Amino acid sequence: MSKLTFLNARLVDPEKDEIVIGGLVAEDGRITRHLPKDAPRLTSGRVIDCGMKYLAPGLVDLGVKVCEPGERHKESYRSAGLAAAAGGVTTMITRPDTDPAIDSPETLEFVARRASEATPVNVLPMTALTKGRQGREMTEIGFLMDAGAVAFTDCDRVITDTKVFSRALTYAAGLGALVVAHPQEPGLSKGAAATSGKFASLRGLPAVSPMAERMGLDRDIALVEMTGARYHADQITCARALPALARAKANGLDLTAGTSIHHLTLNALDVADYRTFFKLKPPLRDEQDRLAVAEAVKSGLIDVISSMHTPQDEESKRLPFEEAASGAVALETLLPAAMRLYHADLIPLPTLWRAMSFNPAKRLGLACGRLSVGAPADLVLFDPDAPFLMDRSTLRSKSQNTPFDGARMQGKVLSTFVGGTCVYERN
Amino acid sequence: MSFPHRHLLGIEALRPEEIASVLDLADRYAALNRQPDKHGHALAGLTQINMFFENSTRTQASFEIAGKRLGADVMNMAMQASSVKKGETLIDTALTLNAMHPDLLVVRHPQSGAVDLLAQKVNCAVLNAGDGRHEHPTQALLDALTIRRAKGRLHRLSIAICGDIAHSRVARSNILLLGKMENRLRLIGPPTLLPSGIAEFGVEVFENMAEGLKDVDVVMMLRLQKERMDGGFIPSEREYYHRFGLDAEKLSHAKPDAIVMHPGPMNRGVEIDGTLADDINRSVIQDQVEMGVAVRMAAMDLLAQNLKLTRAEPA
Repeated sequence: MSKLTFLNARLVDPEKDEIVIGGLVAEDGRITRHLPKDAPRLTSGRVIDCGMKYLAPGLVDLGVKVCEPGERHKESYRSAGLAAAAGGVTTMITRPDTDPAIDSPETLEFVARRASEATPVNVLPMTALTKGRQGREMTEIGFLMDAGAVAFTDCDRVITDTKVFSRALTYAAGLGALVVAHPQEPGLSKGAAATSGKFASLRGLPAVSPMAERMGLDRDIALVEMTGARYHADQITCARALPALARAKANGLDLTAGTSIHHLTLNALDVADYRTFFKLKPPLRDEQDRLAVAEAVKSGLIDVISSMHTPQDEESKRLPFEEAASGAVALETLLPAAMRLYHADLIPLPTLWRAMSFNPAKRLGLACGRLSVGAPADLVLFDPDAPFLMDRSTLRSKSQNTPFDGARMQGKVLSTFVGGTCVYERN
Repeated sequence: MSFPHRHLLGIEALRPEEIASVLDLADRYAALNRQPDKHGHALAGLTQINMFFENSTRTQASFEIAGKRLGADVMNMAMQASSVKKGETLIDTALTLNAMHPDLLVVRHPQSGAVDLLAQKVNCAVLNAGDGRHEHPTQALLDALTIRRAKGRLHRLSIAICGDIAHSRVARSNILLLGKMENRLRLIGPPTLLPSGIAEFGVEVFENMAEGLKDVDVVMMLRLQKERMDGGFIPSEREYYHRFGLDAEKLSHAKPDAIVMHPGPMNRGVEIDGTLADDINRSVIQDQVEMGVAVRMAAMDLLAQNLKLTRAEPA
C-alpha cells in the first residue's frame, strides 16, 4: 500500500475555484485526504515538502497528436509520453489524424497497446468519425467505444457533406458519444496560410477571413440542434465566433468549445518574415481576437485549452510558407505558455486549471482533473514564476517545431505524478 | 552613397534615402547604356546566377544584360526544368548552388517568402526578382526611376495603381516604395481584386476609374494575372475591359500630362487599349524597360560593393 503526502503546498483547486495553502495525502493512487496549513509531519510513506510551490491537478490535454501509426519518426508514444510528463500533462487525449487514420477497432487496439507499453501518463484515444477521415461513411462508433474511444473526430478535416455529418451526429447521439469537430467553412479557407488582413496582404500570403470559423460553427450548431448530439468545437480562435457560441450554450445545447494555447498567446504578426513554426491551422489571428478569446476562457464561454500538439519534422517546415506543414508541438510548453496569461492578468490560475484540467476531464466523464477526495492522484507541482529561456533542442518530443524557441518564459514543472507515481522530477 | 544591405529582398526594408541612392546610380547607368560602349567593370570577376522558378523572359533578360554590361559572368538556370522536378527542396538547391561560390543570386519563385528563405542559406547577395504575391523590388525601383525622370520628382505626386492588386507583387512593392517617398496613392480595381486589410494601407480606394483617375499625375496599370486566377474573380474579360481597361476616355480624367505605365507583359484590350499603350506622348512603357536594365545594374553594383566589404573584413 503506497502512500504519498504533500505538505506546504499552494493547492490550485479548479473545482472550488480557489488557491489554499495546505497539503494532500494520496494512497493507492487516489487522493484520500486534504491536510490543513500546519499539519503535523506524518512519518509513513513518502513525504514531499512542496516549499510553498503550487500543486494542481495534472493537465488533461484534449487533442494531442502522436504520430503512430505511420510517422513514428515525428513522434512516438514513448517520446510524447516523456514530453507530457515533463510538461505536467497527466492525461493525453490523442487524435486520430495519423496515417492511416485511427478509424477501426483493430487500429485502435494497436494504438492502445503501444500507448500502454511506452507511456508513463494516461492515454485516452479519440478515433475518427468517418472512415479514413474521408467524410463519406461513419466509423464503427459502437465498437470503437467498446474498445476505448473517448470521442470521435475527423480533426482538421471538415465533413462537408451535411447529410453524412448529420447522420454521424445522430448515430453518435444515440450512443451518447462525444463528437469533436473543427468549425471552419472549407470553401472559404481553402488554400489559406494566414488570416486575412494587412499583414497577410503585405506578405502576399493566401488568407482566410475569421468569418469562415463563425460560418463553420453556425452550421455545426444548427446540426447539433437538429440531432441532439454531444458536441465539442476543437478550436475557437476569433471574436466573431463567440456570440454564436454564447447563444448556442444559452439555448441549452450539449455543446462545449476549446481553443489552443498558441492562439491564446501569439498573434498573426508573430509570423514575421515567414517563420513556418508559427504556421498553424487555423492560422494565428490578430491581437483583438486573441484578447477576446482569452476573455472568453476567463468567463467560461470557452471551456477547454488544449496544446493541439502537432509534431512536424524539419523537412516539412523548412519550406516556403505556403508549402510548409501546419502545427506546433506544445506538450512541454503548454504550462509555461499558460503562465503568460496568468502573469499578464488575463486569466487567473484556478480558471486556467479549469480549462486545462477540470473541464476536459468532466466533458469526457473522467474522474481526474480535480483535487477532491477519491480523485486519481494525477498531480503537477510547479513554480509559476521561475524564468527560463526556451531552447527547442531540450524538448523531449521527437519533433521540435515549437514557436517558442528562444522565447523568455516563466513557469517550470517541478514534478509530475500519475496515479500517485512520480513520472517526472526536475533535477 | 548609402545602401547598407546584404540582399535586396523587398522594398519594405529600404529607407527613402537608400531608395534615392539606387536611383541616383541608376541614372548614371542609364546614361552609360545610351553610349556605344556600354561596358562597366563593377561586377568584373563576379559570378551571377539567375534562378527562375517561374517563367520570365523580360525580367531574366534584363538582369542578364545588366550583369553582362557590368562584367559579371552570368549564368541562367531554368529551374522549372531541373532538379526541382526531381523532388529537391528549395534549401537543397540553394546549398548546392552556394557551394559553387556565386556572388549574386537573382531569384524568382512562385511562392511568397521563398526568396527570403533561400537568402538565409547562402553566402552571397540575393536579389528578389519576384516572389509569389509578395514583392518585386527592382520593378518598383525601375518604376520610380521612370516616374522621377518623367515628372522631375518622386514626391507629392498623385499616383493611381489600377487592376489586379490582390495578386500583384508589383503593386505591393510600388505601394511601399511610393508611400515611403510621400506620394498620394489611389488603388482602383474591382473589390474582388483588392487585398484584405486595404483600409490600413494609407491609400485611397476606388471602384470607378473615372473617379479614381481624377487629376492624377501617374497611371500605373497592372497585368490581369490570368494564371493566378482560381476562377471567378471577374465575370469576363470584356466586362473588365469596359469597367477597368484604360482607354483615352478614362485617361481624360487624369491630368493632361499624366503618364501611363505598365510593368508588362501587356494584355492589349484587357487592361489597356493598344493605341494608348503605343502613344509616345502618354505611355512610358518602353522607358520602363530601359530603366529596368539601369536599375538592376545599380542594385547589383551596390550589393557587390557591400559583398566585397564584408569579405574584406577578417573572419
